[in-house]
Amino acid sequence: MQLHRTLVSKLLLVVLLMFGFGFALVPLYDVFCDITGINGKPSATPATVLADNIDTSREVTIEFLARPNKDMPWIFKPEIRRLTVHPGEIYVMNYIAENPTSRMIVGQAVPSVSPGQAALYLHKIECFCFTQQQLAGGNNMLMPVQFYVDPALPAQFSTITLNYTLYDVTASWQPDTATAKSGE
Amino acid sequence: MSAITTEHDDHAHDHKPSGIKRWLFTTNHKDIGSMYLIFALVMFFLGGSMAMVIRLELFQPGMQFVEPHFFNQMTTVHGLIMVFGAVMPAFTGLANWMIPMMIGAPDMALPRMNNWSFWILPFAFLILLLSLFMPGGGPSFGWTFYAPLSTTYSGDSTALFVFSVHIMGISSIMGAINVIVTIWNLRAPGMTWMKMPLFVWTWFITAFLLIMVMPVLAGAVTMVLTDKYFGTSFFDAAGGGDPVLFQHIFWFFGHPEVYIMILPAFGIISAIIPTFARKPLFGYASMVYATASIAILSFLVWAHHMFTTGMPVFATLFFMYCTMLIAVPTGVKVFNWVATMWRGAMTFEVPMMFALAFIVLFTIGGFSGLMLAITPADFQYHDTYFVVAHFHYVLVTGAVFSIIAAAYYWLPKWTGYMYDERLGQLHFWCSLISVNMLFFPMHFVGLAGMPRRIPDYALQFADFNAFISIGGFLFGLSQLIFVWVLVKCARGGVPATAQVWEGAEGLEWEVPSPAPYHTFETPPVIK
Repeated sequence: MQLHRTLVSKLLLVVLLMFGFGFALVPLYDVFCDITGINGKPSATPATVLADNIDTSREVTIEFLARPNKDMPWIFKPEIRRLTVHPGEIYVMNYIAENPTSRMIVGQAVPSVSPGQAALYLHKIECFCFTQQQLAGGNNMLMPVQFYVDPALPAQFSTITLNYTLYDVTASWQPDTATAKSGE
Repeated sequence: MSAITTEHDDHAHDHKPSGIKRWLFTTNHKDIGSMYLIFALVMFFLGGSMAMVIRLELFQPGMQFVEPHFFNQMTTVHGLIMVFGAVMPAFTGLANWMIPMMIGAPDMALPRMNNWSFWILPFAFLILLLSLFMPGGGPSFGWTFYAPLSTTYSGDSTALFVFSVHIMGISSIMGAINVIVTIWNLRAPGMTWMKMPLFVWTWFITAFLLIMVMPVLAGAVTMVLTDKYFGTSFFDAAGGGDPVLFQHIFWFFGHPEVYIMILPAFGIISAIIPTFARKPLFGYASMVYATASIAILSFLVWAHHMFTTGMPVFATLFFMYCTMLIAVPTGVKVFNWVATMWRGAMTFEVPMMFALAFIVLFTIGGFSGLMLAITPADFQYHDTYFVVAHFHYVLVTGAVFSIIAAAYYWLPKWTGYMYDERLGQLHFWCSLISVNMLFFPMHFVGLAGMPRRIPDYALQFADFNAFISIGGFLFGLSQLIFVWVLVKCARGGVPATAQVWEGAEGLEWEVPSPAPYHTFETPPVIK
């Protein structure tokens, strides 16, 4: 019986470790995607290092998309659809948000970049997606994103699409911790 | 299929309670094995009847018999029942019955746990089946329960689905631990690792796969549960999660899972072919190594289910080549089976017929798997009936045929009587013809672009689908012959000898038929 007990405890340990491994896949996946940028998830923190040169010889087209989630009543769209940029130069681009309802709603934008591998090269210095945004009913606001394209962007990318999906997070919003700004 | 005591000795534990208590409280590996097998058969018919509903609806284009939502519940629950309720318990039942006898052990190592791992299973499926009667219906997101289908868009039956999968998982893990401990600790003196029958070897490796991936499945369903009911965002982009992550976690379980359903089949075929070819198995050691290689590779290929989610080229190439690499050890196995038959004195009893059909048809399923492994081609095949054809060839004419072959092969050992060979042959030929009518044309409609998991389809697929449905009904009806054979054999017939088959070798053929309630209480001598 002792023989069985030792082996069973070892096997149970494997079971426990694998159960933990299933959950460990969640942060592992995020880390892996952060390093490789393969799922088009851009960094959620502001870029601190700026490019030291502006590559005026090269033009990259940035396309802007915006989509409110199906449960989000805001009207949400980019100010312009398309912008041609030089890698290294800093640009500011505005998104327009309007809350057509009569109540205050808090929104969180989640960015996604296509093609996914280009996500690593789109650096945001300031973005409305870094914080939650609150908007009183009937109001509208401009939400800016300040960004530059890394001059190291591989040559095969000539167009990058930046998409924001806007979610209603009013239910989980906490006024004290959120650093949201009202309309500018 | 119940074990009947032919010996009676004085040990107190030999006493069997009568009636239902015998089955509720039994710790005997043969009783538990029989219960697993009967349970799997019942589930096979239940899951099969759902397949009949699916084929009935698809008999003609347009909506005839069921609502799309109910159709989706049928495809989902059909898949869940066949995978977790039919194939896996059938293999566990065979393991319970045969492994102790094959290695000269008196019973499984952990008999009480064995009782538990069986008896929680009916409750798991009761929960799953009852969820079909809930308002809003049962699970309808496919057996793969992809997020957000299972989180955002599912009904409240999802909670029941999650708990039933948890119970199934616990049952499989306990069964697997039991198999490992039995094989590790209870082999008779002289039964060295490389003398073990291949069925024991393949199950040993399968059990390791089970304890490594079933906990990951438990994690995945738990995340679905908390995402749906407790506000977590594992798979919800709004909260920083990612629905693609679900697919990675699911298929990290899911791909080894498909080998869990086929490795024991390899063991069964490796037992049957030498018996009826009257030659020892060709390349025993290479069979063991091939099985282990397949098991290891199975952890490195999960993303080939997700080529269309958008992966970097390097990752698709890695998963494509690893997937194709699996064809090598699998090819070794097929080669060895064919080499075993080469110049053998073959006879073609029913187990051999099913084993031969397995080799040919499983190989067809393997080839379509290779086609699906080619990333650029997969973009066309993905989520079409070609995929349905592929996995039904490996699971029905693969796993299920091997289980049927095993049932015919060991039935005389279990009941003490020979089955009706004429009826068995009828069952085989009906199954063989109908199963190919059922699944082969699915390749064609799939290549032509018919998507899977739909209750209606474009008109150009009508003729093929009518033909497929007829094949489906015939295959379903053919399995009734199987039940007839089983019942007839359990009730009586020509008494079987201890060896049963002329060419059979191994410890299980040295005990009388039917196998006594207790076998190998003193370890046998291994030559």
